[in-house]
Amino acid sequence: MEEELKCHVGIGGVVEGEALVANDNFSARYDLDRIKGVFSRPTHALAGQSYKDKILVFNTAKGGVASAWMLHEMTARGIAPKAILFNAANTILAQGAALAGMAMCDRFADGDVTTLISTGDFVTVYPEQGRVVVKRKGI
Amino acid sequence: MKLSPLEQAMLDGEMGAARQWAVRHQLQVGRMFDAKDMVEVSQAHMMADPESIGVAGVALFEAFAALPETERRVHIPMITDPRGVDLSYYQPLGQTEEMADLERRFVAACLKLGILLTDTCINYQTIMPPVQGENVAYGDTGVVIYSNSVCGARSNFEGGPSALAAGLTGRTPRYGLHLDQHRQATCRFVIRQQPEGLTDGGVLGAVIGRKAGSYWEVPVIEGVERVPNSDEIKHMGAAMASYGSTPLFHIVGITPECQTLSDVSGDKLRSKEVTKSDIDELRRPFGAKGEKVDVVVFAAPQLSLVEMQQVANLCRGKTIHSGTDLLVCTPPSVYVDAERMGLVDMIETFGAKVLQGTCFYQQYAREIGEANGWKRLLSNSTKIVNILGGYGYQPALASMEDCIASAVAGEII
Repeated sequence: MEEELKCHVGIGGVVEGEALVANDNFSARYDLDRIKGVFSRPTHALAGQSYKDKILVFNTAKGGVASAWMLHEMTARGIAPKAILFNAANTILAQGAALAGMAMCDRFADGDVTTLISTGDFVTVYPEQGRVVVKRKGI
Repeated sequence: MKLSPLEQAMLDGEMGAARQWAVRHQLQVGRMFDAKDMVEVSQAHMMADPESIGVAGVALFEAFAALPETERRVHIPMITDPRGVDLSYYQPLGQTEEMADLERRFVAACLKLGILLTDTCINYQTIMPPVQGENVAYGDTGVVIYSNSVCGARSNFEGGPSALAAGLTGRTPRYGLHLDQHRQATCRFVIRQQPEGLTDGGVLGAVIGRKAGSYWEVPVIEGVERVPNSDEIKHMGAAMASYGSTPLFHIVGITPECQTLSDVSGDKLRSKEVTKSDIDELRRPFGAKGEKVDVVVFAAPQLSLVEMQQVANLCRGKTIHSGTDLLVCTPPSVYVDAERMGLVDMIETFGAKVLQGTCFYQQYAREIGEANGWKRLLSNSTKIVNILGGYGYQPALASMEDCIASAVAGEII
């Protein structure tokens, strides 16, 4: 069964992949071991998990400006998420996605995206159209 | 987005590949945030340490640096945030030649672009503070929150790529904090306990940032009885931005856009109290009294000349414990003054090291921690203890006085 979610027009091209979801916030500087490709901040909801090729889903972005470069740097080395979805992105993450060519969307019409999508769901992101299609895990 | 003839010419490539890249970047970002047009900016400030930008980022700068001079030079004064490597002192920290080479390549490219390598996150104290109402494109969240809140200037968080784009075009998409409606308060806080000193200010900022919780929230704060000085409010703002992604706050009767609560529509909001338990809860993970301390760090934000003197005075006549290191990060311009006035000598006689133009968390913090066996880190910066948990440290927080006393004792007092 597929479900379509509407969101604000985003950044980047069409991508698909497995969702990794947390009701938490995101900073590439604060939360990641970018060499190993895992969440390294002990208090992060996804601590220890790999983000490579995932569609990450978070509440909002936090912290510093470094994430704007880091998404580009991570993409260039091939250890990066395919897309990041937020309830509310901040400017830094949007700027970083633009440089990296990474898909990013936010402001979902149906409410909290961290509850609309579950970890393991198969997700296709259409940033230009402001649309995300979700195929439920195990369905 | 509506483009002026000049912006359209840049987009069409008539002013070279760098400016074309820049406008394209700005159009993508502007569209996501519903910008209708561009706004001219007077300065750009770019965060771009080699750890963040990596080999791919340096290559981008080098490609622009190879363009003809008229095509590559920035359009407005453009300055830089702290560097990742102090090229006069990196081997003793365990930084590698590879890191230093990346830094050298980046510096060379920046010079060809006409970028001023100020290497500072306190440009509002040391270079040219913006004026109320001035539109700027600043990077470093601490710079942006200070400039918006204390100076009344107008900037979004411009990450490195967007600051570079603004430098090349002299404008930025008009969204967010360039617009009046996004500068009104969205949440209202009352404080009952007055912050005393830099660390208290940082903790208060962190609590409010965490409660505010997103880039699009603007806190207004009531109950601040004493006008904080520039260093106090910079720690408060830097921590608020770090914990909350907050780019602007108002303090009633103190910051320029908020002489009264109603100036920012705060009178329409229900107030929340910042309680002692909020403050205690924020501090709790950063305790660790009695534990051995590996490294004490004064950074994030870099130290002003006044802070350099405070550290120097605390170091006078004392010696650091043999099992503890102490690093102090300050901009190159402050370093020169501090050296001239004997402050660097006082700090280094104590056994600390003053670094020029870097900031600890932006200089390969994970790698230098591993190289030096630093685990337990102590700082007076609420911002840095927030960041470094993800870098393999066990951070602890104390006042500047207690940090120095702990460095002498070799354990957190």
